[in-house]
Amino acid sequence: MRQKCLEIRDLQISFETSAGMVRAVRGIDLDLYKGEALAIVGESGSGKSVTVKAIMGIASSNQKTEAGTILYTYEQDGQSVTKDLLKMSPAEMRSRIKGTKIAMVFQDPMTSLDPTMTIGMQLMEGMIRHLKLDKKAAKKRAIELLEMVGITDAAKRIKNYPHQLSGGMRQRVVIAIALSCNPEILICDEPTTALDVTIQAKILELIADIQKRLGIAIIYITHDLGVVAKVADHVAVMYAGRIVEKGTAEEVFLDPRHPYTWGLMESVPDITAEKTKRLYTIPGTPPNMIDLPDGDPFAVRNRYALKADFIEEPPMFPISGTHAAATWLLDPRTPQDVVEQMNPSNGTRGGNRDE
Amino acid sequence: MSEPLLVVENLKQYFKISKNYTVKAVDGVSFHIDPGETYGLVGESGSGKSTIGRSIIRLYDPTEGTIRFDGRDISGRLDPESRSYLRTKMQMIFQDPMACLNPRKKVSDIIGQGLDIHHLYKTREERTEKIERIMRKIGLAKEHANRYPHQFSGGQRQRIGIARALIMQPKLVIADEPISALDVSIQAQVVNLMKDLQEELGVAYLFIAHDLSMVKYISDRIGVLHLGHLVESGTTEEIFDNPIHPYTISLLSAIPVPNPAIEKNRKAIEYHYETSGIDYTKGEPRTVSGTHRVLATEEEFKEWTSKNVSWR
Amino acid sequence: MENMEKRMLTAEDFTPAKQNEIEIEKAYASQSFWKDVVSRFIKNKGAVFGLLMILLIVLMSFVGPSISGYDYRTQDMDQRNLPPHIAGMEYIPFFSGEETVYVGSKAYVTNVYEDKGIMDVTHIFGTDSLGRDQFARVWTGTRVSLYVALVAILIDTFVGMSYGLVSGYLGGKTDFFLQRIVEVLSTIPTTVIVTLLIVVLKPGLLSITIALMITEWIGMSRIARAQTLRYKEREFVLASRTLGERTLPIIFREILPNIFGQVIVMCMMTIPNAIFTEAFLAFIGLGIPAPLASLGSLISDGFKNMTMYPFMVACPVVVLALLMLCFNLMADGLRDAFDPRMKEA
Repeated sequence: MRQKCLEIRDLQISFETSAGMVRAVRGIDLDLYKGEALAIVGESGSGKSVTVKAIMGIASSNQKTEAGTILYTYEQDGQSVTKDLLKMSPAEMRSRIKGTKIAMVFQDPMTSLDPTMTIGMQLMEGMIRHLKLDKKAAKKRAIELLEMVGITDAAKRIKNYPHQLSGGMRQRVVIAIALSCNPEILICDEPTTALDVTIQAKILELIADIQKRLGIAIIYITHDLGVVAKVADHVAVMYAGRIVEKGTAEEVFLDPRHPYTWGLMESVPDITAEKTKRLYTIPGTPPNMIDLPDGDPFAVRNRYALKADFIEEPPMFPISGTHAAATWLLDPRTPQDVVEQMNPSNGTRGGNRDE
Repeated sequence: MSEPLLVVENLKQYFKISKNYTVKAVDGVSFHIDPGETYGLVGESGSGKSTIGRSIIRLYDPTEGTIRFDGRDISGRLDPESRSYLRTKMQMIFQDPMACLNPRKKVSDIIGQGLDIHHLYKTREERTEKIERIMRKIGLAKEHANRYPHQFSGGQRQRIGIARALIMQPKLVIADEPISALDVSIQAQVVNLMKDLQEELGVAYLFIAHDLSMVKYISDRIGVLHLGHLVESGTTEEIFDNPIHPYTISLLSAIPVPNPAIEKNRKAIEYHYETSGIDYTKGEPRTVSGTHRVLATEEEFKEWTSKNVSWR
Repeated sequence: MENMEKRMLTAEDFTPAKQNEIEIEKAYASQSFWKDVVSRFIKNKGAVFGLLMILLIVLMSFVGPSISGYDYRTQDMDQRNLPPHIAGMEYIPFFSGEETVYVGSKAYVTNVYEDKGIMDVTHIFGTDSLGRDQFARVWTGTRVSLYVALVAILIDTFVGMSYGLVSGYLGGKTDFFLQRIVEVLSTIPTTVIVTLLIVVLKPGLLSITIALMITEWIGMSRIARAQTLRYKEREFVLASRTLGERTLPIIFREILPNIFGQVIVMCMMTIPNAIFTEAFLAFIGLGIPAPLASLGSLISDGFKNMTMYPFMVACPVVVLALLMLCFNLMADGLRDAFDPRMKEA
């Protein structure tokens, strides 16, 4: 039985800037189930980072949550408790949720590690504070954790300072710290962007492995659809502050329905294809979130836009129990032959590559 | 066959950190680039790939080796004439779209900087016209000319960087990881633009990248760099169809497959130089077939060519 | 979007839209750098107050003496040590001409103007012990302080900034050599330099200017050098080098505009320092010679009679404090306006 642990409903977040109101997140619904991995994919400025920062209660000073709830369900003393994270006080977030129940791994490992402390101390700190372990027990567990994230010679390594480790190792340490207090949810914000490809592959394998072994829920944020195939059970594609398509990884990767997802899929270079093929691109640039156009913000970059896209933003159309996409192509009023003509599986799109 | 545009022979670039510590960033690398082709230089951080680019364009003074550009030796002291030739006919595109444009200058002045330095116009009108023509080519309108870099998105800024290089009508452009700081959807735009401009202007590229996936789309030939050594080189087909060096194989295998059914059960092939027993200084380039060469000792070469590794 | 009139979608709308040219997206809604700076500066009330006060003080330093109707050096032995007084406006507390005289533990309120029968005479800040009008002297003295401020700005930008830029950008042996010079100079106290200078030159503005020239630019050169080091490996600087730009244009056209914000801020910060240095030198008697006045020498003179005639020291002190405060306020405002993030750092 799948157990929902996080339920985001109609989340709306905006930023006050000197140039005007930036509507970064414009009403998103998301569910995260226990032990499953959800990938949120989108370009920079799509609102993916703002969304997870809202879950962690990290907000910048000019940020305003306009509407929405983030319901978090957890076990306490054998009872299931549901709380709205947006209504929690910062102090309560700090003591009860952050680090212990929900942990986060950031893009740049150097920013989350303290350069003046050994990695062992940084690992033990949280365990001593939150799990009330004594020093010896904490040290033992720190070594176990380092071994789990694939650091050899862990007993020696805990005496190292962050600068003595390579980039990939640092990120492993950050993951170990995130895992130290047995969180139920692990949020990874582009954890491999700053790393080399071969190390990225290893970190992705590690995250997939951790999820399987510890059964924790994972939210993985990235702009690269290619990398999440390994870690994601579910995928949500975001564009201009909205979710445009969501579904299981198989559904989104193998049967994408939104033109933006098509674009993302085809921007991933296929290294098995012959070389002469031109790369598909999504034309144009991400929209300016201050002055969003009428209708679907993606319409101007959309090769398959319908006239309706310029008039009204499409709602989410369900495709299966888990799969849904926000495109008028799924509206029953759209003639079937138009949909056929555009469906990527018909192969007509190959000829329509980049003008 | 015509003479190569760029010949790099046994290039060494050492950085002296202290009296008894020298970093050998590039340790004896040789390759050449023909006019109008794209050479992809691939390697991870610390492989020396950016250093090679900067040594060639003489941001650094090479420690050893020769660099010949269009028949001139540009590795030693530059006389004013070859200096001016190098500074116009060889250009560079940078990695970071945020840092590669001066935030205090207008786009038209950024693009026109090279023209200003080398006095490549007679009248203001000619300058404006040249700038507007190149802006059209990179997909910007002339209304953009008076804006500042922060008013553009990352992809657009990278295109402005390309315009700044190409307005000089260079023969060779060194592209130092031009796409790695961009979103995937924008990366393809920039790569396609570079390809289009190459077709139109006949410029050659040295395309430096840290992963092989995009390089495949743009490169005619590829060199794989590791720890300052060129471990494998050949045409794109040779490298992708028949990778020999274990490092190349690990790089190829690290590229994720965008299919969860396959990717979930796939493990990337690892390669650790320290534990592999390979010593790059002992190996020498050996020909596999055609232009395909790999850095290996005789035994290593026999071992690697005899087995057929499937990296997918 | 909400207030847009929504029309019902028709069947026609569900046909492919004509593939329009990829439109050139509208301006990213942001302004030019300088407009941003100005708008952020204006929002800072303290800084605007500082700027207005500085302008007022500058104005007063020019028109002040003529308002008073006296000049700064005419002595009137009949009107010595007079407290502030404005004829006809005696109801304003400070300017009534009254003073409190303490005899033993008893306090008497007297009015010298009344006693002397000169109720029609106005000395806004009173007079000094030689009967010179303090109002004229304070504003003339302010002029000296402002001159020092101007000199400090010029030295900072021309000497300090250029020195730092060149030293930072060239690096290597040049940098090493230039930095050793800075270290030697910064170890010598300003007072020592001025004292030595006075041995050679007469006390006066020239020696103060030279003293400032020797020491004042060091802070600025350090800031400029640090900033240059930050920028010289930036890709846009490398790009200029690959385009064949020569060294000086790179330093002054590429790097300087980027560090200009910090340079201005640093300038504003050194002004109070320079003004204070001058006042300090005047106070210890190394300043400009009489009958010329500077705020420092006025304070020094007033200080001698402080217990008897507190107004004599109060007026120049208030003006000096106000001037320094306002420069500081403005510097703070400028710093935040140029780089809002610097505040957090």
